[in-house]
Amino acid sequence: MTQPEILLAIEDLTVSFDGFKAVDSLNLYVDKHELRAVIGPNGAGKTTVLDLICGRTKATAGKIQFKDKDLTRLSEHEIVHMGVGRKFQTPSIYGNLTVYENLEISYPKGRTVWGSLTFRRTAEIMERVKEVATEIFLEEYLHMEAELLSHGQKQWLEIGMLLIQEPELMMLDEPVAGMSVREREQTADLLNRICKNRSVIVIEHDMEFVKSIAHKVTVLHQGKILAEGKMENIQNDERVIEVYLGH
Amino acid sequence: MDKKLIKDRSWIVGLGLLAVLTMVVFPVFFDIFRLNLIGKYLTYAFVAVGLVLCWGQGGILSLGQGIFFGLGGYCMAMFLKLEASDPVSTAIQTTPGIPDFMDWNQLTALPFFWVPFRSFTFTLFAIVAVPALFAFLVGLAMFKRRVGGVYFAIITQASALILTTLIVGQQGLIGGINGITDLKTLHGWDIRTNSAKYVLYFLNALLLIGVLVFSRFITSSKLGRLLLAMRDKEDRVRFSGYDVSNFKIFIFCMAGVISALGGAMFTLQVGFMSPSFVGIVPSIEMVIFTAVGGRMSLLGAVYGTLLVNFGKTYFSESYPTLWLFCMGALFISVTMFFPYGLAGLYDKYLKKQVLAKWTKLRTGKTPETDKNTETQIVGATP
Repeated sequence: MTQPEILLAIEDLTVSFDGFKAVDSLNLYVDKHELRAVIGPNGAGKTTVLDLICGRTKATAGKIQFKDKDLTRLSEHEIVHMGVGRKFQTPSIYGNLTVYENLEISYPKGRTVWGSLTFRRTAEIMERVKEVATEIFLEEYLHMEAELLSHGQKQWLEIGMLLIQEPELMMLDEPVAGMSVREREQTADLLNRICKNRSVIVIEHDMEFVKSIAHKVTVLHQGKILAEGKMENIQNDERVIEVYLGH
Repeated sequence: MDKKLIKDRSWIVGLGLLAVLTMVVFPVFFDIFRLNLIGKYLTYAFVAVGLVLCWGQGGILSLGQGIFFGLGGYCMAMFLKLEASDPVSTAIQTTPGIPDFMDWNQLTALPFFWVPFRSFTFTLFAIVAVPALFAFLVGLAMFKRRVGGVYFAIITQASALILTTLIVGQQGLIGGINGITDLKTLHGWDIRTNSAKYVLYFLNALLLIGVLVFSRFITSSKLGRLLLAMRDKEDRVRFSGYDVSNFKIFIFCMAGVISALGGAMFTLQVGFMSPSFVGIVPSIEMVIFTAVGGRMSLLGAVYGTLLVNFGKTYFSESYPTLWLFCMGALFISVTMFFPYGLAGLYDKYLKKQVLAKWTKLRTGKTPETDKNTETQIVGATP
């Protein structure tokens, strides 16, 4: 069996806020086309890790190697251009624009001031927007103002806004929060389809959901990795049960 | 798609109406004294339009737009002043050939930064470039550091104060508190005559229409949508791969340049420029014009400016002491009760009737929305 290629390598990553180490010498490796779930109790540093990868928070020490570049030196938009997409915990969409416009803005073209002034809708872009809208179950709502979507649909829309950028690494912060059971199933399907040609990191509290999607699970606790491996092993790990699953 | 087309058409009609109002109705009904006054108000409308771009669309509240109005106005005034200070007409001065206020302040040579303003071409260039550069530097310093919101407003306000103080303190160099006065000719063409005032009024109105068309181009481009998106969810835009600060700097510069055009036209029509159009009070007044007109509406900003200034002229002629209170009350009531200003009121109460009348006029049919007509037809067929 060939060794899978590593897409993201986090080594000795540390960030401290006024002496409090939110992430403490973390080592994490994500393979190409892997779907990794990150779980852990509140305050374990899950969201902070995503913030560090996408450049929202600057690391105190350590490296984040993505492909052949160190992300800790790049600014947010450069990291996006490298192929990293990030979904926020609360659905972060443009309420006063339509679903179509939300997706179009995220289309990776016309990203400079001049480019956006001279941006024209082409058949290719319209086609791609429709394609993504279909994938995220919103093809019927293209011309609706995004504010009017349900909470779950907003979550999908934000996932769609990442998809249209074709990122190689997608990071989703609690993508099924506030979704109905049916919506959760649809989302699990969606994620399983998505990770066919890219890597995905998902932060989630819903264990059933994690079980249905994750290839590998990482448990964070107090900024450190407590356990890592297949879901079955994690569920039976005594330390994990004590700090997280037992509650 | 259809909805957008209707929006475009009604905007063009709105622009046409404004053009007719400013270029036909006003000149027909008002004498040159009043018309010149309206011309002055319309120069403020440039600033208001700029504020719609950066405040309404981009969410960047600047309380220092007077700076740019002043920079444009001063550039034009410097050129006109140099032309008015030829050695023959300033022969009685100790140093003939320099502006009178320099002579009063014992200057014996033209300061270096005045020299290029002998050229009209350079002056036109400077009217655009100086405010653009200033806005660029302020924008670069603020937006790259992610300063925004109230902090940005305070900094722009402080800048307006600093610039006023600077101008007032440099009486010999730039005319001090009196400003640059006694402007006479532009390339030998006397700008004080009635005919010149007419020409300048129409030039100003045309330029304003041009600025509105250009601004509309910006707001309806992807950049316009990006600005709205940024106002709403800045982080999302950033993490969609955009360098947010560049867009903010751009729109702030645009607002500055547009204000400066207004300032230059002000100097031409009113015949002087002084620090009282640069400072905090005029800057805030301009924000009020925009708020009254509707901060999301380019056309609304023009009407807001006209309305508040007509009100100001009327009230300050009749009840001079009450005016400031009226202005304050107006601002408070607009922000509390009509956050989208005149344009918002129009959209809410009048738009439907106006659009219906319009369709009736054009097609001769009683208009119904498409869906209603369809259901009626379906319902009528047994």
